[in-house]
Amino acid sequence: MSPAALPQGATPFLGFGRLLRRYGFSVAPEQVSGFMQAVTLLGPRSMADIREAALATLAPPPDRRDEFEAHFRSHFYGSTAAVVGGEADEETRIKDDGETSEQEIEVVRQEQGGELSSASEQLSVREFSRDSDGLAAFRRKLATALPARRSFRTVRTHARGKLDLRRSLREIVSADGDIPSPLLRRRQTVPRKLLILIDVSGSMKLYTSDYLKLAHAAVQGADRAEVFTFGTRLTRITSALRIRDRDQALARAAAQVDDWDGGTRMGPTLLAFLSVPRFSAFARGAAIVILSDALERGDHAELETALRRLSARAFRLSLATPLAGDPRFRPATAALRAILPVLDDLVDGSSIAGLTDFILSLARPAPAAAAIWRRVS
Amino acid sequence: MPKRSAETVATSPEAVASRLAASRYLADESLATAIFLAIRLGKPLLLEGAPGVGKTEAAKAIAEVLGRDLVRLQCYEGIDAAHALYEWNYQRQLLAIRHAGEHEVDIYDDRFLIARPLLQVLKAPEKRVLLVDEIDRSDHEFEALLLEFLSDFQISIPERGTIRATAQPIVILTSNRTRELAEALRRRCVYHWITYPDARREAEIIMLRAGDVAEATARAVAAAVRDIRARPLAKPPGIAEAVEWANAATILEKGGSPWPEAFRRAIGVLIKDEEDLSCIAPEFGKIVEEALA
Repeated sequence: MSPAALPQGATPFLGFGRLLRRYGFSVAPEQVSGFMQAVTLLGPRSMADIREAALATLAPPPDRRDEFEAHFRSHFYGSTAAVVGGEADEETRIKDDGETSEQEIEVVRQEQGGELSSASEQLSVREFSRDSDGLAAFRRKLATALPARRSFRTVRTHARGKLDLRRSLREIVSADGDIPSPLLRRRQTVPRKLLILIDVSGSMKLYTSDYLKLAHAAVQGADRAEVFTFGTRLTRITSALRIRDRDQALARAAAQVDDWDGGTRMGPTLLAFLSVPRFSAFARGAAIVILSDALERGDHAELETALRRLSARAFRLSLATPLAGDPRFRPATAALRAILPVLDDLVDGSSIAGLTDFILSLARPAPAAAAIWRRVS
Repeated sequence: MPKRSAETVATSPEAVASRLAASRYLADESLATAIFLAIRLGKPLLLEGAPGVGKTEAAKAIAEVLGRDLVRLQCYEGIDAAHALYEWNYQRQLLAIRHAGEHEVDIYDDRFLIARPLLQVLKAPEKRVLLVDEIDRSDHEFEALLLEFLSDFQISIPERGTIRATAQPIVILTSNRTRELAEALRRRCVYHWITYPDARREAEIIMLRAGDVAEATARAVAAAVRDIRARPLAKPPGIAEAVEWANAATILEKGGSPWPEAFRRAIGVLIKDEEDLSCIAPEFGKIVEEALA
C-alpha cells in the first residue's frame, strides 16, 4: 500500500517505524502494522497507550531502551532533547564487532599503588609484519584435539550404542514383523568452545602479534572459538578473525582494537566481560586460555574475583604467561599467588610452538597449576 | 475456575490487570498492556528479564485467569523435536505387532502417539496455554523449529500428515537473556521486558504472596531488597527470595528474635551465594536499619 492510500491518521506511526530504521533499530513491516493494530485496539486513550503499544510490538532491545524512548518523544511530542550517555572516567568500554554502538559497563575500582603497568590509556593502532610460521598444522589438528563433551543429540552407529527403536521398528515393519539385526544409536560428542583472551597492554608488546596469529588459526580451525582482547578496554575481534586471509584478518582486528600498548586493567575488563550475559555465555563449559603476564596495576582483588567467576563457568581455565619462558620464573607476585588456586594451568606463553602444543593438549587431564608450581618451588 | 473465552477476559489492559490481581499476580500497567495485546492480536508473548522477576509466574497467572491448563516446555541445551513435538511409543508398537499375529494392526494409531507439549497445545488450543520457558537455553536449531511452529501453528507427522490448530493458541515465551534471541522470533511476538518492581509494588506483592507478614515488615523487606539489588552481586535476589525472606524473618521474630536480628538470621533465604554474602555482610546492619526507618 502506498502511503497516500493510508488514512491521514496512520502516517505518524508509519513514520516512526521509518525513523527507527534510520537509527539502526531493526523494525520489520509486520511489526509496524502490528503497532498500528495495537494502537487501534487500545483506543488509543492517551499517549501512554501509544507508547506501550510501541514498546510491545516494535520490541526495542533492552539496552537501547532509553534511546528508543528519546526517539519516541522527539517523534510524537516534537521535543528535541536527545539522550546522550555520559562518559564516566572509570568505565570499561566494551566494543563488540557485531554491533555499531559501544556499550559502557560501569566498574567499581579501588586503586592502591602498583607501578608495574601504567594507568594511562595510550590509544594507538599497530601494523603487523608479515612472516610465515607453522600454524597451518595447528589449525588442521585443532578441530579434533579440543576437549569434547557429550551432546544431547544422537548419531547412528554400528557398534557401542543403544537400541534405536525408531529405525529398528521401520525395519521390522518393512520386513513384515521379522526382527533383523537391531540398529544402534549413540550420544554424539561435540568439541567444547575455545575462548581466547589476549592481553594487548604495553608490557605484552613483544607477543601480541604472535598471539593474534595464533588466535586467527584457532578461529579458523575450531568450530566455536571466540577471541577478545583486553588492555584498558575489552574488544571482541572474533568476526574480524573469521576472514580466511590472515593478513586481511589481522589488519581488520588491529583496526578494531583501540588500546594497543596501553595500561592494563585486567580485573575490571574481565569483570566487564562477565557482566555482559552474551559474553559470559561463551565462557560456560568452555576451555578458556588467557594470554597475559597478569601484571595487574593496583589492587588485585578484582582480578581474583573475575578469575574465580570465570573458572566457575569454565571447563578449564588456563593462563599462559610469556614470563614463564624464563626457567627462573616462579609465580611470586601477589596477583599470581592469589589467582593460582583457581587456575587449572599456568604455562609458558613465550613461543607460538609451546602455546600450540599446550592448546592441542587441553583435552588431556593435567594436575592443577597450584600443585605443579608447589613442586617446582 | 470456569473456562472463559480470551476476548471476554481481555476487554482492556485494566481489566487484564484486575483479573491477574485476583489470581494473586500484580502486573504493572505496561505488562498488562502487553498481555492484553498478545491475547487480542493473537501473537505469542515474549517476556524477557533477569532471573526472579516473575516471568514464569506471569504465565501461570495468565493461564489461571483464562481458566486453562498450563502446558510447560522447559528448554535446555540439546532439546530436540522428540521432546517438544511428539514421539512414537515404540515399545507398545512392538508389542502390538507381536500381539496382532495374523491380524492387521495400525501401528500409527493415536494410542501409540505420545504428545509432547507443542502437540498437546495444538490438539486443544482452547483448553491450554503453552509456556516455553527459558528459550535462551535451547540451541539455535530448536529456535528455528519453534519459529516454524509459532508462525503456522501446525505440526507435520510423516506417518500421519499435518495436524493444524483449530484456533489460535495462547503462547508465552520467557528468556533470561543469556544469549541474544533470533530477530525473527522477537519480531513475531509481542515483547515485554520485565524489570524489578518498585518498592511499593514489591511490598504489595510480598503482602499478597507471603503467609502472614505485617505491612511494616513487607515495606522494610522491599526497601532493603531494593538496596541490595543495587550492589554488584553475582546473583541479585529475585522477588521469590524477597517473599521467602519476609516469611522467614516473621517466623524467627515470632520465635523470639528481635527485629533487626531476625532479618540478619534469615539472610540465607535471600542471598544464596557465599561470595555475595561476604560482600553484603559488613553493610548489612546499615541496610536493614535504613529500611526499617
